[in-house]
Amino acid sequence: MIEMIRNIGRYTLDTIAGAGKSLLMLFGALAGKPQPAKSWPLFIQQMYVVGVLSLLIIIVSGLFIGMVLALQGYTILIDYGAEQSLGPMVALSLLRELGPVVTGLLFAGRAGSALTAEIGLMKATEQLSSLEMMAIDPLRRVIAPRFWAGFVSMPILALIFSAVGIYGGFLVGVQWLGVDDGAFWSVMQSSVDWYDDILNGIIKSLVFAFVVTWIALYKGYNCTPTSAGISSATTSTVVTASLAVLGLDFVLTALMFG
Amino acid sequence: MESRKTQLSVGIFVVLGFAALLFLGLRAASSSVSTGEETYQLYAKFDNIGGLKVRSPVKVGGVVVGRVTSITLDGEYYEPLVEFTINKDYDDFSETSSVSILTSGLLGEQYVGLQPGFIDDSMGMLEDGDYITDTKSAIVLEELIGQFLFSQGEG
Repeated sequence: MIEMIRNIGRYTLDTIAGAGKSLLMLFGALAGKPQPAKSWPLFIQQMYVVGVLSLLIIIVSGLFIGMVLALQGYTILIDYGAEQSLGPMVALSLLRELGPVVTGLLFAGRAGSALTAEIGLMKATEQLSSLEMMAIDPLRRVIAPRFWAGFVSMPILALIFSAVGIYGGFLVGVQWLGVDDGAFWSVMQSSVDWYDDILNGIIKSLVFAFVVTWIALYKGYNCTPTSAGISSATTSTVVTASLAVLGLDFVLTALMFG
Repeated sequence: MESRKTQLSVGIFVVLGFAALLFLGLRAASSSVSTGEETYQLYAKFDNIGGLKVRSPVKVGGVVVGRVTSITLDGEYYEPLVEFTINKDYDDFSETSSVSILTSGLLGEQYVGLQPGFIDDSMGMLEDGDYITDTKSAIVLEELIGQFLFSQGEG
């Protein structure tokens, strides 16, 4: 019994200490005088690794999710003779929910796990300590460019996801199933709002980008420097980041559209 | 030159992102509303506006000429007062014009149907801030059913 209570206590203390350490890490990486000349090339390099290399999976899954949405929506809407509402259905579900959320999940799996493993291995092979030995702050040299790259590239990926998904819905709905071309776009235009839908979707994806990148970097920076430690840190990144995205999505949706 | 290739691909990535934003903004969202087109306001009082909402369209013969911009209760009898913003291109409606609240399709959204009135020398034209007096309220399905049941009971 006492053992159980002790476990609860230890778990609570660990959680609080972890939250504090991750905040300190983020603060150490982002606070301080910006040095654009030094950090810009590092940032571009990480944009390539985090953003460009995730592009393929985002485009392919966006296309297929848009196509499936159109197909499923059509079979239901045709019963009510309301197949012209297919455009807004596809566009709104992509812009408000699926774009930011699915991109966040894919981003956690594709880029977040890679970030954790890379930084974990740097720690295990003592590259981070070597940097410190050379009086280079590993937080600013290693963590900061990766954080900014993730924070900037995920909203871009989410926008591309939504756009490609709408095009996929257009392909299936209009080209294949024969919904009227003009009605598809004009009904969509009359119900999609710039601020309510597009801007709120971008705000959502910015929040997810922040959280996913932060979790990935912290898990890598704080992992046990062994091969087993790196593997469990990578798993924990994907699980924690996905849960955080889903949980935050509910909160943000309740705040924005509730 | 490895880094030039990297820079190029990052550049393409960012441009793609902007293209996606542009596509969403211009193609998927309504870009024409609230641009600098010239408009004027008309008002109308109804008994019942049904499910009319702000931003519902105002149509003449099915063509959208404006939108509902505000719905308030007005006067000592609390009548619903609806404000329309009409495109300046269509400013030749006579004072005898009438408005009614209609439904698109059986289950569709409600919109305002504007019926242009006849034009006569003695008739003035509707101008900014004018009230349209000839209005027909929304048909509320529950009231219709109630009337139907009532008339069945009598017979």
